[in-house]
Amino acid sequence: MTATVPPVRHSSKTPSPGGRRAAGGRTPLSRLRLPARLRRASLPYVLLLPALALELLIHLVPMVVGVVMSFKELTQFFISDWSAAPWKGLDNYRVAVDFNAPVGEDLLKSFLVTCEFTVLAVGLSWLFGTAAAILMQDAFRGRGLLRAVFLVPYALPVYAAVITWSFMFQRDTGMINHVIHDQLHLTDGRPFWLIGDNSFFALVTVSVWRQWPFAFLCLMAGLQNIPRELYEAAAMDGAGIWQQIRRITLPSLRPVNQVLVLVLFLWTFNDFNTPYVLFGRAAPDAADLISIHIYQSSFVTWNFGSGSAMSVLLLLFLLVVTVLYLLATSLRRKDA
Amino acid sequence: MPDARSPMAAPRSFVWTRRIVLTVLTAFALAPVFVMVVSSLKPLQDVQGPFRWFPSGFTLRPYADIWHTVPLARYFVNSLLVAGGATLCSVAVAIFAAYAVSRYDFKGRRFFSVTILSTQMFPGILFLLPLFLIFVNLGNATGIALYGSRGGLILTYLTFSLPFSIWMLAGYFDSIPRDLDEAAMVDGCGPLGALFRVVVPAAVPGIVAVCVYAFMTAWGEVLFASVMTNDTTRTLAVGLQGYATQTDVYWNQVMAASLVVSVPVVAGFLLLQRYLVAGLTAGAVK
Repeated sequence: MTATVPPVRHSSKTPSPGGRRAAGGRTPLSRLRLPARLRRASLPYVLLLPALALELLIHLVPMVVGVVMSFKELTQFFISDWSAAPWKGLDNYRVAVDFNAPVGEDLLKSFLVTCEFTVLAVGLSWLFGTAAAILMQDAFRGRGLLRAVFLVPYALPVYAAVITWSFMFQRDTGMINHVIHDQLHLTDGRPFWLIGDNSFFALVTVSVWRQWPFAFLCLMAGLQNIPRELYEAAAMDGAGIWQQIRRITLPSLRPVNQVLVLVLFLWTFNDFNTPYVLFGRAAPDAADLISIHIYQSSFVTWNFGSGSAMSVLLLLFLLVVTVLYLLATSLRRKDA
Repeated sequence: MPDARSPMAAPRSFVWTRRIVLTVLTAFALAPVFVMVVSSLKPLQDVQGPFRWFPSGFTLRPYADIWHTVPLARYFVNSLLVAGGATLCSVAVAIFAAYAVSRYDFKGRRFFSVTILSTQMFPGILFLLPLFLIFVNLGNATGIALYGSRGGLILTYLTFSLPFSIWMLAGYFDSIPRDLDEAAMVDGCGPLGALFRVVVPAAVPGIVAVCVYAFMTAWGEVLFASVMTNDTTRTLAVGLQGYATQTDVYWNQVMAASLVVSVPVVAGFLLLQRYLVAGLTAGAVK
């Protein structure tokens, strides 16, 4: 295919006038070279331009706007002209972190629930993903099929899957209560899953169900990069399969895990889709994740200023955790 | 796919652990799929009483009714347009950016990579509010309706998949020998000629993986869809909840609709998952 390409010389079609002027008075050789070099130097930036422009428009500019908004009293009266909203200084932040007043107290509660939820959900997702990936490292009959099955939760659209879970968690008509109460008689009555304290466990279950296939996928990819010779050498030295897993597989997965756990943490902590579809607009207190909390305090009360302040606090928290995590894990990697 | 370990006979303990763990995980993974399929074939009274494993009488009625209870066809078309548009744009933009990251050693390369990837960690809620305001104000000022339009949603979704797509494609491009595009340039192609005549054809599996990823991201997003759409542009993500807000929840129809909207993505994903794993592996090698 490449052999039939007609020789189109993009690289010497349009020498830029600026380049020619700059090279004036030099030898012919450098006069020819400079524009080409300039063009070559600017090409990567031109290639990046669309990506950069889009990221600027959708992520970075709104973020700056968000920070500005957090210092304003931005209520529904100013939605169509937000620049007219009066400045409020740090008031939005003061209200958000005043843990003795209702707003701050609720925010703190939501934050703590989110932390608990994240630790549990990430831990379990990682555990399931690791177990499945390691157990499926060797070929066995049905491995390909099983891999496809495990990826189904990841492939299903969130809302379709989570709506199904909410049907399963229904008190009177759901499958979960049918199994644990009607068939196994584990509980006296039919527990509620989508309201009250149990909603926390419902949320963790659904979240783990959605996340662990991603961990599985990444770890599976990571396992393929472990050189076969390592295992052969270990087997020659008499190491059994469990020892091989502990001494070779798990340590070799450390670089993958470093990124994977961080990504899982960020996704889980920021998760909005799962609770939103599972509980609807009003999440129960026990499952009031921070994204839902901010969404509600912004779009239900139309107080965008205070919602932005909470978002900024959330971002700062995530930044600090991420930096500390990367520092800690990188240090450990250097030690090892 | 190469197996890392030699096919030495695994001990009994390992085989049994494998059987048990994988069985439990299979049941966990497939439980909702089972409920979805079975419930979508039930008559209404079956889903209004206690749960039963199998329908009292098979019926396909829910599959006919879902199109009338809510305007599902319109949501479907909207989702297709939005997800398809976002995928095409995202992949096109990512190809250029990944080529720059993979083939050029320019000033700010590391900075670009870190910045792009770090946008992944921003909570969606953080830029939802400002983006909402920017779209509304931009619409008021210029008459370009981004808020409530499919275009605005496409623009938003394509940036969601962009960072990961660039990262994955750059990894894939790295695995294509540079000699190939240098040879093309010697033959007289410019850098862009080399990209489209040599690198892109060689990276088709990676590009397919990125397409799948971008499509799934856009097809499944809920938060922005719930704020940025109106009645005519509503996507499945929001529309599907229409069944639940009726006074009576037609769970059999909800399950049928869920299945119908899942089949295209799940089928596409399972067909192409091999490429996705390959793309991830290439990205992870870096």
